[in-house]
Amino acid sequence: MVTTPTHPAHPLGLALHHIDHGYAIGGTDTPVLDDISLTIAPGEFVALLGPSGCGKSTLLRLIAGLEPPRAGTILAEGTPITGPGPDRIVMFQDPTLYPWRTVRGNVALGHDIAGRKDPASVDAAIELVGLKGFERAWPHQLSGGMAQRAALARALVNDPRLLILDEPLGKLDSLTRLTMQTELQRLWRDRGFTAIMVTHDVEEALLLATRIIVFSPRPARIIGDLPIDLPPHRHRDDPRLLDLRKNILTQLGHSADW
Amino acid sequence: MSAGAIRAGRIAARLGRPLGTLCGLGLLWWGIVRLGGVPSYLLPPPDSVARALWAQRGLLAGAAGTTLLETVLGLLLGTMGGGALALLMMASAPVRRWMMPLVLLSQAVPVFALAPLLVLWFGFGIASKVVMAVLVIFFPITSSFFDGLRRTPPGWLDLARSMDARPGLVLLRLRLPAALPALASGLRVAAAIAPLGAVVGEWVGASSGLGFLMQTANTRFETDLMFAALLVLATMTVLLWWGVDRALARMLYWVPDDQPN
Repeated sequence: MVTTPTHPAHPLGLALHHIDHGYAIGGTDTPVLDDISLTIAPGEFVALLGPSGCGKSTLLRLIAGLEPPRAGTILAEGTPITGPGPDRIVMFQDPTLYPWRTVRGNVALGHDIAGRKDPASVDAAIELVGLKGFERAWPHQLSGGMAQRAALARALVNDPRLLILDEPLGKLDSLTRLTMQTELQRLWRDRGFTAIMVTHDVEEALLLATRIIVFSPRPARIIGDLPIDLPPHRHRDDPRLLDLRKNILTQLGHSADW
Repeated sequence: MSAGAIRAGRIAARLGRPLGTLCGLGLLWWGIVRLGGVPSYLLPPPDSVARALWAQRGLLAGAAGTTLLETVLGLLLGTMGGGALALLMMASAPVRRWMMPLVLLSQAVPVFALAPLLVLWFGFGIASKVVMAVLVIFFPITSSFFDGLRRTPPGWLDLARSMDARPGLVLLRLRLPAALPALASGLRVAAAIAPLGAVVGEWVGASSGLGFLMQTANTRFETDLMFAALLVLATMTVLLWWGVDRALARMLYWVPDDQPN
């Protein structure tokens, strides 16, 4: 295992006040988020759980600053978010690697955009996610798992204070997914950033998060807020996790399915 | 069988099929002329075309050289001009609104009707033919590249925006490379039709080139030479297209779908 470079941890804290949002879909206005208020402490790992299409990903887009909310404010350390910022880095469901850039070029994207040159940190990030030796590979030569690792390295090289994870492991095969979950947790522990992750996978949320927010179907409202007071090294068969799982599935309306 | 032999066999098969079609057509042609008693000033038999091809090889090569030069210059200038205009239209809404009708007009006005005017303006030399070639390819280049620039996948744009990239950077470092495959398909079309522009320009008024040669041969009833020039033009166009196609495939090696088939 590669030793993680030590970074001064300045995880970002967030406060969301009464967020409303919606989209005009086919001429009719569709509300997506309904009065979301939420405070996230620096260094938390928050999982957003809810039925598919309920608006969780939209919430992430607002936090990333990709679009402004219709109503309400999002504060990062007391300052309103008005656009994207280098301290908040998004990891998307698709790796979104630019096919004309090598792995190295893709990982260096944040540096290139900021007009900065720091090849050492690019190399360190590539090594950190286990892609050493693939620096010069092209995206179409990578497997799904490797591509998502490259995307993770691209996020980490920017030293994010908040990592926004939009279901980044959703399309991986189940074995790769287990490995990546462990890696993600290790990185969060070592780097000390705040993490917000959208997922459909209750088990993934239970394994990684320090807190799980449960959403209703669209328009999304918060219907549950569960702290997971368990040590970071969790076993998938821990009976306490099974209890929490049952609790969450009940909130999601699947009381019989666990 | 070794990989090399398989590859050689595949290439032979690929060349063999069109060659077979050509031979069959040649045979049909020969049969119609010989059995139908068509006079050779109307349709010369293939063997007399072949004789003309060999006898006038110097003349044909010189003419082909002129036409090729006009075509290649037209391709280069048309690609640079069309590419620059597409980028400008993407970067600025006023440019887009003012120039888009003009781009459409360059396609809507029959360029061939402009040929006499262009010869009048740019003379009997190669300049008027280069301008013809540029006009013929301008629309496919500009519209395909502009379409490519506009259709950057939203996820790619989100990524750049989430890293706070300025619009200029998004255009040059994201939209531009993402649009290169679209530009490449425009270029392939352009390579196939650019010789047409040059030849039409030569028909109207020139002192050399394949179009000029065909025109003179036609008026002298040297139909076999005319056919030979046509054959050279067709071969040149196919080779030009093939060269452009290979060069593009080599430059866009990162495009996953760009497999030769």
